[in-house]
Order: sequence, then C-alpha cells, then structure tokens
Amino acid sequence: MIEGILIGLQTALSFKNLMMVMIGCFAGTIIGMLPGLGPMTAIALMIPITYGFDPSTGLILMAGVYYGAVFGGSTSSILINAPGVPGTVATSFDGYPMAQQGKAGKALAIAAYSSFAGGTISAIFLLIAAPSLSLISLSFRSPDYFGLMILGLTAVAAFSSKGNFLKAMMMVVLGLMLASVGQDTLSDIPRFTFNNMNLSDGISFVLVVMATFAMTEALTLIFKAKDPTKAAKQISLSQLGSIKLDKTETKKMVTTIPRSSVLGFIVGVLPGAGATIASFLAYGMERNFVNDEEKQKFGKGSVNGIAAPETANNAACSGSFVPLLTLGIPGSGTTAVMLGALLGFGIQPGPRLYQTNPEIFWSVIMSMYIGMVVLLILNLPLIPYIARVLATPRTFLIPLILFFSLTGVYLMSFNNFDIYLMIGIAVVATVLRLYDFPMPPLILAFVLGGLMEENLRRSLLISDGSWTFLWDRPLTLIIMLTIIFIVGWQIYRSFFKKKHY
Amino acid sequence: MKISPSKLISLLFFVFSGYYLYTAYQIQVFAFDENAPFNAKTFPIYLGFAGLFFSALYVILPETNPTDVDLKVLDYKKTIGLVILMILYGLTILRAGYFLSTSIFLVTSYIILGERKWIWIFILSFPFVAIFMYLLHGLLNIYLRDPFLKYLGIMG
Repeated sequence: MIEGILIGLQTALSFKNLMMVMIGCFAGTIIGMLPGLGPMTAIALMIPITYGFDPSTGLILMAGVYYGAVFGGSTSSILINAPGVPGTVATSFDGYPMAQQGKAGKALAIAAYSSFAGGTISAIFLLIAAPSLSLISLSFRSPDYFGLMILGLTAVAAFSSKGNFLKAMMMVVLGLMLASVGQDTLSDIPRFTFNNMNLSDGISFVLVVMATFAMTEALTLIFKAKDPTKAAKQISLSQLGSIKLDKTETKKMVTTIPRSSVLGFIVGVLPGAGATIASFLAYGMERNFVNDEEKQKFGKGSVNGIAAPETANNAACSGSFVPLLTLGIPGSGTTAVMLGALLGFGIQPGPRLYQTNPEIFWSVIMSMYIGMVVLLILNLPLIPYIARVLATPRTFLIPLILFFSLTGVYLMSFNNFDIYLMIGIAVVATVLRLYDFPMPPLILAFVLGGLMEENLRRSLLISDGSWTFLWDRPLTLIIMLTIIFIVGWQIYRSFFKKKHY
Repeated sequence: MKISPSKLISLLFFVFSGYYLYTAYQIQVFAFDENAPFNAKTFPIYLGFAGLFFSALYVILPETNPTDVDLKVLDYKKTIGLVILMILYGLTILRAGYFLSTSIFLVTSYIILGERKWIWIFILSFPFVAIFMYLLHGLLNIYLRDPFLKYLGIMG
C-alpha cells in the first residue's frame, strides 16, 4: 500500500498533473457556481478535452472539476440562495441568511474549511477502504455483479425521483434501451441501427451526457426564462465581509466536522445516495446534536448549519469513488460519467484496477487530496473575483454552453449525424425534465447497460438458461432481497401517500 | 377524460416500449444461436417488457406526486429558435467549416436571446472561436477540417 501511495503521489505531484488539478478545481468552481450546472455537466464538458491526455491526467482533471463544482455550488448557495448543485441546497439554509447579515465572506470561509476538512478525512477513509474492498470484491461473480448493478440502478431511481419512483424506473429502462443500440458485443449482430452506419458503434456516451445534462440545462434555462420563480438574484460583491473566523466559530466547527465526515463518507459509499442526501442528513443530525440555544439559530445563519452539510457533501464525493474504483460500479450520476470516461480511455475499473493500473488508482486518490488543498489555498482568496461569474448574462452563458456541447460531440466523430442525434435527445430530455423525469438514473443505466448485459449473459450461460443464479449464492440472494425491498417499499409508499389525500 | 402530461408521456413511453419490443424480436441472430440461453435479442426483449411494465404501472396507478407546470410562462419562441439554429449549424458545419459556422451560430444565438452589446457579441464569437481552435490545434493536436480557412490559406 505504501508503495502504491508513493506511486500515486509521484504521478499526482508531477508538474502537468498539478496544473490539471488547479485548472480542474478552478474550472469546476466556475461551472459549479452557475445555477443549474452541476458536477455532472462540468465533467461532461471536460471529457472531450481529456481524451487528448493520458488516463491518469484526464482523471485527475475530472476529479479536480468534481470537487471544484461542489465547492462552486456552495458559493452560489451562500451568495444568491441559488444552489449550483443539489448537494449544496442544505448549505443555503444557513449560508444565505448569514450572507444577508453582511457576513458572506465568513459563510464562504466556513464552507471552504468544512469542505477541506470533510474531503481530507474522507480521503483518508478512502485510502483505507478502497484496497480492502478491492480484495473482497475479487470474490464477486457475474450474478453478484448483475445483482449489484440492478441494486445501484434501483437505489439511484429511489433517491433521485423526488417521490416518483416509477418515473425514475422508466428513465432507467430508457437509458438501458439507448445503450442497447449498436452491434452486439459478442456476435457483432446489429441491433436498432435501422441500417444506419452511424449507429453501428452505438450511441456515444459523451453525446448522451452532453444532451441530457449540458444541453438540456441550457434549453431549460431559456424555456423557463420568463418563470418569475426562477428569476436571477443579483449579489452585492462589495458586501462580502471578512473571511476570518473567531474562536467560538472555530470551536463549533471542530465538533461538527468529524461526525459529519463519517456520515458523509458512509452515505457516499452507498449506491444512489450521494452528496445531496448526505448533506441533508448531516444538517438534520447536527440540529439534533447541538444545544437548544444553538438549535434556535438554525435557518438564521448558524455556523454548525453551514459546516455540517458542507463537510458531508465533500465527504460523500470521496465516498462515491469507493464502489467506482473497487467494483467498477458507479454509485451516482457523477461517478457514472467518470466511469464512462474511464471506459473511453480503455480502462475497466474494478477490483483488478488496484493491481493492473496502480498509478491510476492511487494518483486519483492522491489528487483528490491535492484538489482539496488547491481549493482552500487558491479558490478561497479568489472568491470575490470568481463570484463575478454569477453576474454573467444568460444571453452569453446559454449559447456558450451550447457551443461547448456541440463542439464536444463534433470533436468525437466529425460528422453532423451525431449533432442531430444530440439535439433530438436534448429536446426529449428537456420535456422529460420539465415533468420531473430524472436524468441521473438514465445516464447511470446508459453507462451500465453493456456491463449489465455482459454479466447477465455469463450468468445465464453458466446456469444453462436457468434464473436460479439469482438466489443460488447467499451474496446474490441478499442483493436481490435488498432490490425487492427497495422496489416494494417505493411502490407501497406511493399507495400509502395516496390514501391520505 | 383529462389525462395529466406525465401520464401522457408514460403512455408514449408505453407505445415506444412496444415498438422497441417488436424491433427486438426482429433482430436476426445466427441459426446456431437461436435456441441458446442468451443471444443478441435476449436483453433487448427483457428491456422491452420492463418498459411496458413500468409505463403501464404509471398510467394505471393514481399519481401521488403530480408535476404542475405553468405552460404560459414558458418561452417557446426562443427555445424553438435555438433548436432550429442548432439544426442549421449541423447542416453547415461540414460545408462551411468549423470556424465560420460556429462563429455565426454564436452571433445568431446571442441575438436570438436578446443580447445587443455588439462589442461583446463580436469578442465572444469570431475571436473566441479562433482562440479555441488555436488551443485545439496547438495544445491538444486535434485537427478540425475547415474548408473556409483552407480557402483563405490560413489552414492546411
């Protein structure tokens, strides 16, 4: 392990990779700050650029963008009460009231220190957990992987659907359907290509991500431009105030950070949960932990109220890398995008990544920590300047998002068929999003589609077409029972809620 | 009978899943693979049934969390305008080349969205695309075919 850490440090600390972490954090902060554009969009926009680099450098850039986007999201939460990412919604509960009291600088500093501490603690957990889990996951077989993928998809559907599980499940199926387009991996038989050569290699992952996130985001911003509830708020950049914290405030953070880190990391590891749930749980937990006097301050600019969700969402980000790096199964939409990028580099994450590509495995983990340091040292003092991005008129912002999306896809194929396909998918996705059909389950299903079919194929061939593989092994049985519980619970909840109308 | 938009979308998805399932059954597999436990059409067939199942369930079951969208506040004009512009961009990019078509796309989209600061419109279109192209060529070695710039003798 020590050897691996040293390899990782050596790779991550090379001049080129250090630059990539800095650029990634900086670009991520700017993109994440813009309301509506989250880490998934930020990473998606970076993918075409990363294909020019070696895998370690590309991944380091994307990891930097991920952290930067989460940090940037909290900045817009605090300054204009418009969370850039769902994971920072809880931060706005106390961050925005504190900013309204003329202490925006302080709120941003609390968020930055908490993010740093949460990220650091969880990076240590990741360092310990990832190799151990890699060894355990070597005993996983095809049926277990197939079960785990269904579990991941149902869990993401359950958590991202805002109470509309069936809508999310439809998106899962749609994602898998899109993934099935193109030649069959084993027999090379064309499927759903309609004799179009452009579809024989399947639909590009970058195309689907750009269409369902970046482009849909831009189209939604125009579509809802007249919506009075979505009106952009302006901030006074001259009223940020000091970023220095006093002793009492530091003391409060010292007690909040460890417990929120542990909670955030555990939630992050769970498939489907991620930063949003971690931040809400941490906020709720913190309110229960503090004394009555402090409890009264929640929602009015409490230090604990900002520190808890900010620590947890960053810890969850590191946690979400555990299933990706050790099992090759992403637990969230963002890590699904990263899995797609890894596959694009020709790397299959999983238990063997630790042994076959130790420099990638360890350098990503190490660069996460470096990313945290960069965020704290570089981004915090630059916040008053970076925050000016929030003043970018949408009339410029939207075309530029469309420009990056179209260019990204054009650079992959150099044909206009992909551009038309992307526009088509983006239009459908915009309508679907308007009616709360969530996109993360779709993208996760799209990424996992090929792997899922492969594992189902192996399982069915080994068991000679019998479905008993689903309960033959205790591990598979436990996974399947968990899936049945999640699906059953979600459907039951739908009925139960209705009875009370 | 009034049907909610979400249910209508689910109904469309039901029809789509039906068509997908029909197409899945039409996939030609090798003769020796026809009766194998798993062949090229097995997974798509399961997916077709899953799509029918979930969409039918949504249509049949009462809505617990209906989505209310005020259609009057949506800006159809600009959205459709930009979608058409993107299609036109797709049509011109191979003929006119990346630089010209992208710059014109940006200028037109700024104008469609109501921007009238001409200096910024110019800076964030032609020079911006030129710098971006230079970064792609110079730093990342990504070649972009451009008949227009080739005609001007700027690019090989």
